[in-house]
Amino acid sequence: AQVGLGDAVTDPAPRNITAVTFMGVYLHFVSIIFFHSLISYLLLTICNSNVYAYTCMSVYGPAVKIHPVVLASIGDSYERRNEGASRVIGTLLGTIEKHSVEVTNCFSVPHNESEDEVAVDMEFAKNMYELHKRVSPSEVIIGWYATGFDITEHSVLIHEYYSREATNPIHLTVDTALQSGKMNIRAYVSAQMGVPGKTVGVMFTPLSVKYIYYDTERIGVDLLQRTRVTPSRTKGLTSDLSQVGGSASRVQDMLATVLTYIEDVLSGKATADNSVGRFLMDLINKVPTISAEDFETMLNSNINDLLMVTYLSNLTQAQIALNEKLVLL
Amino acid sequence: SFAFTWVQFNGENCLNKDTKTNLQDGLKVVLKIIKHYQEEGQGSEVVQGVLLGLVVEDRLEITNCFPFPQHTEDDADFDEVQYQMEMMRSLRHVNIDHLHVGWYQSTFYGSFVSRALLDSQFSYQHAIEESVVLIYDPIKTAQGSLSLKAYRLTPELMEICKEKDFTPEALKKANIGFEHMFEEVPIVIKNSHLISVLMWELEDKSTVADKHELLNLSSSNHLEKSLQLLMDRVDDMSQDIVKYNTYSRNLSKQQQQKHQYVQRRQQENAQRQTRGEAALAEEDITKLFKPPQPPPRMDTLLIAGQINNYCQNVKEFTSQNLGKLFMAEALQGHNS
Repeated sequence: AQVGLGDAVTDPAPRNITAVTFMGVYLHFVSIIFFHSLISYLLLTICNSNVYAYTCMSVYGPAVKIHPVVLASIGDSYERRNEGASRVIGTLLGTIEKHSVEVTNCFSVPHNESEDEVAVDMEFAKNMYELHKRVSPSEVIIGWYATGFDITEHSVLIHEYYSREATNPIHLTVDTALQSGKMNIRAYVSAQMGVPGKTVGVMFTPLSVKYIYYDTERIGVDLLQRTRVTPSRTKGLTSDLSQVGGSASRVQDMLATVLTYIEDVLSGKATADNSVGRFLMDLINKVPTISAEDFETMLNSNINDLLMVTYLSNLTQAQIALNEKLVLL
Repeated sequence: SFAFTWVQFNGENCLNKDTKTNLQDGLKVVLKIIKHYQEEGQGSEVVQGVLLGLVVEDRLEITNCFPFPQHTEDDADFDEVQYQMEMMRSLRHVNIDHLHVGWYQSTFYGSFVSRALLDSQFSYQHAIEESVVLIYDPIKTAQGSLSLKAYRLTPELMEICKEKDFTPEALKKANIGFEHMFEEVPIVIKNSHLISVLMWELEDKSTVADKHELLNLSSSNHLEKSLQLLMDRVDDMSQDIVKYNTYSRNLSKQQQQKHQYVQRRQQENAQRQTRGEAALAEEDITKLFKPPQPPPRMDTLLIAGQINNYCQNVKEFTSQNLGKLFMAEALQGHNS
């Protein structure tokens, strides 16, 4: 039975700040207790005599940071899988810092899986890694991914192979078949367990998954989020003022949310929360109070600058058009 | 601005090319391009890569891309072609479309109209008619909105490049202005259902973005930089114009000299006739007066195109900023 620790830690945060922090602390506490109890439970059930448990603490802290490009590639490889293959696997590339792992790239590796055996094209994996290293020399193999919900025995074998390539590899499962109703994305590290010399087993301990973005990635993803809404799942790229308009309407939506909350508090429907109140004070104070004349002058000078630049660029364009006509006359 | 054409692709020998680009696995391609620049392209280096996909009916579908390593390494024995072949072969094994349909390049403040780009795009388009070059502007994207544009050379420009004839007469005949060099192909981003599910998951689990760059008022830095580049280009342009002016002045001077020479000849011949001597032999005028070389106009065209691009960007930028300023005014208006 896999424990849904990943789920617990990454639940969507409620709007109330204190509720979030409280829940975060609580969950952290719970997860620690749960973790330890899980280990002892598993130990007791696997061997019924005295056991020496070798549970290696994971080298990395409990979080794996994933860039969205990795997930997009995995989804795409799953869609292009061969006939009859129920899942795809591939290598994860990224960087390792002192206490965390950042997954920044991946590529899929062809493999065959049947009831009792599994074959992975290792040459291919090595080749692809070499090619990728040419472009980004700082990326190293840090693990592998598989689509699907469970960890099978074949996974253990594949994981073993990858432990040869990287120290303490991460195993990522992406539930593309949506077996649990959501797309579960979980990460695991393997830990040895069992009696040394006799029955040795491998346990996959879950890590929590965090998504991190570069700024530009964030902007790209935000734009593409809007493809979900249209029925044809398409989106053209807009430009100019319409983008500013879109952004402004989003801020308006956020303000509307805050306003409903305030009204609820005022009418007594929701309890007042001091820290939220403090944030609201910050928000109001962020709008600078400038005297009207100063603001007028600032605004006017800025507008004049912009108008001048527009005029100059129009002039330049007219000039080159004219030059062209003269030459080609 | 660049011309938009919207014509159906009707079979093989069609002069009007199909003109819609579909980023079929939009999320993946976009994110890969962004990541490539972010990780490998700091500074003003351009990063380049290859686009893979298919041509479907009247659309060009782009489904994957892979980056090219930088050329700055002293890898003398690095074989680009081999890298590309290896990559495509490997991708074929995992059922990814491995047809070359174009290439992408990052740009610095919109300055991409150059000879190198023209040559590359020409060779691509020569091989595959519908190929496009995708220009990604990371600085504009960092300001809040994804800036990805697809361009293709117009058929007229293709003809000219084929002939390699860049004299003014040829350009006049083909009627190419700086506005008709590239045609911008509209981009539509499409995602599969699975990716939509993925995006729901991402939105669910990620924190709300705390930076709203698009509404940032302080972007005069960007404006300064753009204007500076514009000024440099205009300087280049004026030098070019001076060159052309000297050429046309030389040409007209030479015409005058030719005219005078012919007249003198005629006078002499008339005088000799009256004296009863033989007329002087006709001389080949063109050998005496070699016409000056007309300067090639390709660079001028490129500079003009680049200036046009800068101006467009600047205007777009100013219109956005004006909007933001008026919003700020409204905000102040409520307070006061």
